[in-house]
Amino acid sequence: MALDAKIPQGEMDKKWSDYKGHVKLVNPANKRKLEIIVVGTGLAGASAAASLGELGYKVKAFCFQDSPRRAHSIAAQGGINAAKNYQNDGDSVFRLFYDTVKGGDYRAREANVHRLAEVSTSIIDQCVAQGVPFAREYGGLLSNRSFGGTQVQRTFYAAGQTGQQLLLGAYSALERQISLGNVEMFSRHEMLDVVTIDGKARGIIARDLTSGKTERHFGHAVLLCSGGYGNVFYLSTNAMGSNVTAAWKAHKKGAYFGNPCFTQIHPTCIPVSGDHQSKLTLMSESLRNDGRIWVPKAKGDNRVPKDIPENERDYYLERRYPAFGNLVPRDVASRAAKERCDEGYGVGTTKMAVYLDYKDAIMRYGKIEAGKHGLVNPDDKTVFNLGKQVVEEKYGNLFEMYEKITGENPYETPMRIYPAVHYTMGGLWVDYELQTTVPGLYALGEANFSDHGANRLGASALMQGLADGYFVIPYTLGNYLADDIRTSSIPTDHPAFEAAEKEVTDRLNRLMNIKGKQTVESFHKRLGKIMWDECGMARNEKGLKQAIAQIQGLKKEFWSDVRIPGEINEFNSELDKAGRVADFIELGELMCIDALNRNESCGGHFREESQTEDGEAKRNDENYRYVAAWENKGDSEWQLHKEELNFEIVKPSQRSYK
Amino acid sequence: MEHYHMNLTLKVWRQKNNQSKGNFETYQVKNISSEMSFLEMFDVLNEQLIVEGKEPIAFDHDCREGICGMCSMYINGQAHGPWQQNTTCQLHMRAFKDGDTIVVEPWRSTAFPVVKDLVVNRSSFDRIIQAGGYISVNTGNAVDANAIPIDKKDADDAFMAAACIGCGACVATCKNGSAMLFVGAKVSQLALLPQGGPERESRVLNMVAQMDKEGFGNCTNTYACEAECPKGISVANIARLNSEYLKAGLSSEEA
Repeated sequence: MALDAKIPQGEMDKKWSDYKGHVKLVNPANKRKLEIIVVGTGLAGASAAASLGELGYKVKAFCFQDSPRRAHSIAAQGGINAAKNYQNDGDSVFRLFYDTVKGGDYRAREANVHRLAEVSTSIIDQCVAQGVPFAREYGGLLSNRSFGGTQVQRTFYAAGQTGQQLLLGAYSALERQISLGNVEMFSRHEMLDVVTIDGKARGIIARDLTSGKTERHFGHAVLLCSGGYGNVFYLSTNAMGSNVTAAWKAHKKGAYFGNPCFTQIHPTCIPVSGDHQSKLTLMSESLRNDGRIWVPKAKGDNRVPKDIPENERDYYLERRYPAFGNLVPRDVASRAAKERCDEGYGVGTTKMAVYLDYKDAIMRYGKIEAGKHGLVNPDDKTVFNLGKQVVEEKYGNLFEMYEKITGENPYETPMRIYPAVHYTMGGLWVDYELQTTVPGLYALGEANFSDHGANRLGASALMQGLADGYFVIPYTLGNYLADDIRTSSIPTDHPAFEAAEKEVTDRLNRLMNIKGKQTVESFHKRLGKIMWDECGMARNEKGLKQAIAQIQGLKKEFWSDVRIPGEINEFNSELDKAGRVADFIELGELMCIDALNRNESCGGHFREESQTEDGEAKRNDENYRYVAAWENKGDSEWQLHKEELNFEIVKPSQRSYK
Repeated sequence: MEHYHMNLTLKVWRQKNNQSKGNFETYQVKNISSEMSFLEMFDVLNEQLIVEGKEPIAFDHDCREGICGMCSMYINGQAHGPWQQNTTCQLHMRAFKDGDTIVVEPWRSTAFPVVKDLVVNRSSFDRIIQAGGYISVNTGNAVDANAIPIDKKDADDAFMAAACIGCGACVATCKNGSAMLFVGAKVSQLALLPQGGPERESRVLNMVAQMDKEGFGNCTNTYACEAECPKGISVANIARLNSEYLKAGLSSEEA
């Protein structure tokens, strides 16, 4: 099947408005007859379910948590980008578009990114109208801050809890539609398969995680808003339950998987402290606005940070990238940290950490405050205390979180940080309308591959999730459903539903009947280690080939020796987890295959064979200027399809932040 | 930080499902690092139980960074354990010492029935939000975000109220099983913002009616909720809820 991205004709900045002007519509009476399934209730899912409910469609929404408000979008800290130009600092839709394409290292589809930048401003308006309490200035207007990879201030925020506030906004809109009867909510439910009839997605098989029973649900269309797959690495900043299962089942039913190896390793996370570690915690990129990153100039310097004088510190990001300094994009900052630690300059007990230091920022803010209060020649302690208050207001919850986890006070001593898996740019391949290669099956938010290329800029995930849900899918879905108004609801005793449910229950039975010796968790940890070592921050041919063989071995071992206690028809967290880990194992193999195929470095994907003399990622536009869309052909078999990327506006060049 | 290891005795509430009667079971865990989180200690225990051929303990958890509100353990008689302004997932084992006995129970409240072991059903919170915890603005209806300036103090107070994670510790810790802090936080957030104005009265009346219907108790001002709230939501929000309710009741025809 040839990949058609269905990019509208015309000038880049007219495509979306032209599309909207000519797209097919569904009249209100017909909307009431059309049923839509939404899987996942994070920013993309909740906003889509709410907006489609408002339009009058009959929506069923599913989440595996006990409430839609728990989806992992809630943990996003730093902010959300929008091209409002409220700061008068030269921002525009074009700039946001340009920064995003460049930040993604020229591996995103221009038309999608332009649309994203266009609708970004409406997102902020919508959220404020919902009562999202963004940070404000004394004049009562909205405040902004900077994020990596940009030179303007376009990030809107609510302390270090922006994702929480945006999700609660979308959740409240969703709950309103539930109360109005337009959306039916299924919490503690997990999607375990897509049902296709005549090649179109027509529903899902879900499992009620409380009773353990499988259920059949019909929909004229199915929207997957199930997030990313960073947990394939076991340790990541994702929530414990975040998983690839919904997207993976769709992949096995015919949806191509786009750029699976594109993973974002976030530079500022709390380092691993021991084998017991179950997850890693992010320290928001917003901290790089004010914090300075450094390591000692001498190898193996074991002095406490305050004893290391200024001239013996290496502020390596400021040194290497003077134009962007500490605000280089995430992939660049992560690799630079790894480089210093690999060379033996790391700090802390494990030596796999660098310092993120707030001392200068606290003193700088303190002096400004002292000036405001009319203090003449204040002593250092007074300045420090005044500055600390400012930093507390901006980042207080993050500092507290750091102290809870490490037991160290980051106001007094620099934070120790190290890169960790945070986000996956790859995901289900979608066209301009967010439709996968299966008609009627859509993917929104982090679950799709579309907007961030090979590296996502900070504060753009929230933007994309809400753009897809509030402002894109309500238009593009109508274009599909307009041709489906004559299809009445298909009863779920249809043979396709029966077959899909049988497949699901057979697999559950198979898992339960292995009755082996090793726990699900132990397999997940081993998979994570293979992925981190060979498909993490640096990848090479030998390591990837080795990883593929190891993962295939792990898969065999899993299916013959995993131990799952309890029963199917009851609340059984181990069984839930086992299904997810089985899918992660298969995905891990595909990620390595994709990373092996892409013999170039771009964004977060760093192939050691392809780097510049000073160790920067070296793209190969001649051979790899495409989206790798993988079609599943059976057990451990995939076929590569390529979507060539054409850059009409932002001409690819060596990305430089120097 | 000084690291150390410890052996612990755990008394954990086990309950097969909503229909069955529960009881405490005693477990021993060894060599627990002070650097572990409380839930990582539970992970160790569960791995141990699975290897021994026993059923692991069911507990709710997801983000493990104190923001999703899913984790919910009542530890040694305190919701989320001994640390102030903290969730169970952010509690670390350095709060305990070698030889300690730790008692772990689910949230206990009429409106939060037990699902299994330490897992409870908090859908009553969702239904309270459905009753009015929103601003009725369909997608696409909004004016420019800066069209309505909002006093920074009001915006900050609204944010502080909106920081509620909906975990239910306030209910679990209240001797009356009251949800007034949870409801007060949402009512306050939306009452402090001009966008919440048009539905201000119906919102508070409907949310309180739903709260009563769900079987939550009344507030007798013990302030236990504020003391145990992991996000430090202030009881001033309960005062605002009362005042909003009173005002709405006076001007409402249904009062």
